[in-house]
Amino acid sequence: MAFKGAIEIDAQHCKGCGVCVANCPTGSISLSRMVNGKGYNYAEMVGDACIGCSACALVCPDSVITVYRVKI
Amino acid sequence: MDTADIKKPENIVYRKPALITDNVMHYCPGCSHGVVHKLIAEVIDEMGIQESTIGICPVGCSVFAYNYIDIDWEEAAHGRAPALATATKRLCPDKHVFTYQGDGDLASIGTAEIIHACSRGENIVVIFINNGIYGMTGGQMAPTTLIGMKTSTTPYGRDPKLNGFPMVIADMISHLDGTAFITRQSVHTAAAVRKAKSAIRKAFEYSEKNIGLSFVEIVSTCNSGWKMNPVDANKWMVENMFRKYPIGDIKDILK
Amino acid sequence: MKGNEAIAISAIRNGVDGYFGYPITPQSEVMETLMKEKPWETTGMVVLQAESETSAVNMIYGGACCGKKVMTSSSSPGVSLMCEGISYMAGTELPCVIVDVMRGGPGLGTIQPSQSDYDMIVKGGGHGDFHNIVIAPASAQDMYDYVDWGFELAFRYRNPVIILADGIIGQMMEKVEMHPSKPRRTAEEIRRDAPWATTGKTPDRPRNIMTSLSLDSDIQEVFNRKLARKYAEIEANEVKYTEYLTDDAEYLFVAFGCSSRICEAAVDELRQNGVQVGLLRPVTLYPYPFTRIGELASGMKSIMSIELNLGQMVNDVRLAVEGKCPVGFYGRQGGNIFTPEEVVDAFLKFNNLK
Repeated sequence: MAFKGAIEIDAQHCKGCGVCVANCPTGSISLSRMVNGKGYNYAEMVGDACIGCSACALVCPDSVITVYRVKI
Repeated sequence: MDTADIKKPENIVYRKPALITDNVMHYCPGCSHGVVHKLIAEVIDEMGIQESTIGICPVGCSVFAYNYIDIDWEEAAHGRAPALATATKRLCPDKHVFTYQGDGDLASIGTAEIIHACSRGENIVVIFINNGIYGMTGGQMAPTTLIGMKTSTTPYGRDPKLNGFPMVIADMISHLDGTAFITRQSVHTAAAVRKAKSAIRKAFEYSEKNIGLSFVEIVSTCNSGWKMNPVDANKWMVENMFRKYPIGDIKDILK
Repeated sequence: MKGNEAIAISAIRNGVDGYFGYPITPQSEVMETLMKEKPWETTGMVVLQAESETSAVNMIYGGACCGKKVMTSSSSPGVSLMCEGISYMAGTELPCVIVDVMRGGPGLGTIQPSQSDYDMIVKGGGHGDFHNIVIAPASAQDMYDYVDWGFELAFRYRNPVIILADGIIGQMMEKVEMHPSKPRRTAEEIRRDAPWATTGKTPDRPRNIMTSLSLDSDIQEVFNRKLARKYAEIEANEVKYTEYLTDDAEYLFVAFGCSSRICEAAVDELRQNGVQVGLLRPVTLYPYPFTRIGELASGMKSIMSIELNLGQMVNDVRLAVEGKCPVGFYGRQGGNIFTPEEVVDAFLKFNNLK
């Protein structure tokens, strides 16, 4: 069974710490070149390799990541 | 299937815990506190004990923990959380009572309170955040600061001749008969977070059994105090902190 | 019974939920009596010996957060340690009763009776801008009665109440009349009477946070002013004192606690010799009977403050008198107690009547 996932990031409340980036097994997150209202380079989903494993959200200190997952 | 198709409410597998409030956390980017708060909120929600849980905040960075988890809170004086928790639990034995304390709070100014709460076997949960430094006051040496570690009060590194040795609190209290469950965890990877959450849940469950104090140490980072970025801080923690503070269960009287 | 025992028995009979303390002479009988009585088997009252006074006071801080009637007792050096918790409780607006059975100081001092904590408790009792409500018993009966009265005041104003006793009142054995007892409040009653308490967050209310912290100067100032309004209300409503033969008095003693009883004997002795002396005993030390002492001062040839210390309350007497008549002081220290005769001598000397 395979999974496909997606994440939604509350960019305004992300502090751009990058811990999610380091924890993503599929390289599906990076820090944006843009900054949010607080001046942080917020995290954003990149590519379509996300498997919805939730690793990013589990280690996120600010609870800004929502994870979606479907079986394919 | 594209991203828009996947992002539907029925496909949500992880979201902000219900008991985490909408207040923006004041912690620095990448701080471990946020993750631990989240785990406590999830455990309380999953056990259905919001109405019976009372948290005790420390003095230190997590002094404002009460802004983030939607339960009743008492804010203790520096180091005294176990004393407040003792009375709260004894006067309200049907409640789940936990303290949330940092290393300055618990291992320095509050050593008498924690040791005696352990010794009396208070049926409470203690969450101990050990990042080897005083965060809130600006990165001074803590009792748990490693030998050689630079802080603002050990600018040349902690020297045992001048500053003494790091205290390994969890091991110390494991010798006290009043403790039931003692474990040391971390929250730097998804796997570690899952284990830490199980440990916190077990601690809350043990506190219902009236068998003594449950203690969950979380070896944590303070990337601001350590003067590293959050990702490097996690690596440094694994390479250095884990040597002095190894991860794993230390005591479980039911095993 | 002893004054200290009266405190313990009164706590059990007046529905106190918890006592947390640390042994120190001359008040250890309070906890000893409680442990002997085992109230946890009758009323369900919790009694616990803490590892220090610091811990004991923070235990009552935790208990008070839950809306419970909690108390501790100690003596001077122990109360110094408790000042941290007293300040936090004042800053969190928490009710509690703390008994200070004073002994001679400073430092470890002596274990004999003294009144040397007047300034610490009435003027301070911890850091920051606040007042303790301070009540001063003069008999074992007072010790018994003031526990319940103390909790009434503590809950009415959400403020720490300190029973400022001394080694004589604590150790003295007297007859005590015990009023009908009061049950402990139920959980429902606590939720109703103390809606602010940490009783567990229910869906019908926001979470309750018991804290004295605010990092915002403006918010802190608003809170300080709220406290000031509360103190003004306490000062307007709760001043209590007793008077002895003041109607025709030309001279006045002011004394509290055990000193007031010695002064009563001194008044009798002086009156037998034709000197018209009266006595005012402040029962509440905060709020202090400034107004009444000021009124009395207008008709007096002099007023003397008689205390077992170097002269602490005398400064409040001076404030009350506002220069309307001479103010004198006599006291003994270190755990020594004056006799009525010594007080009479000091009086005659101060007033040049000898």
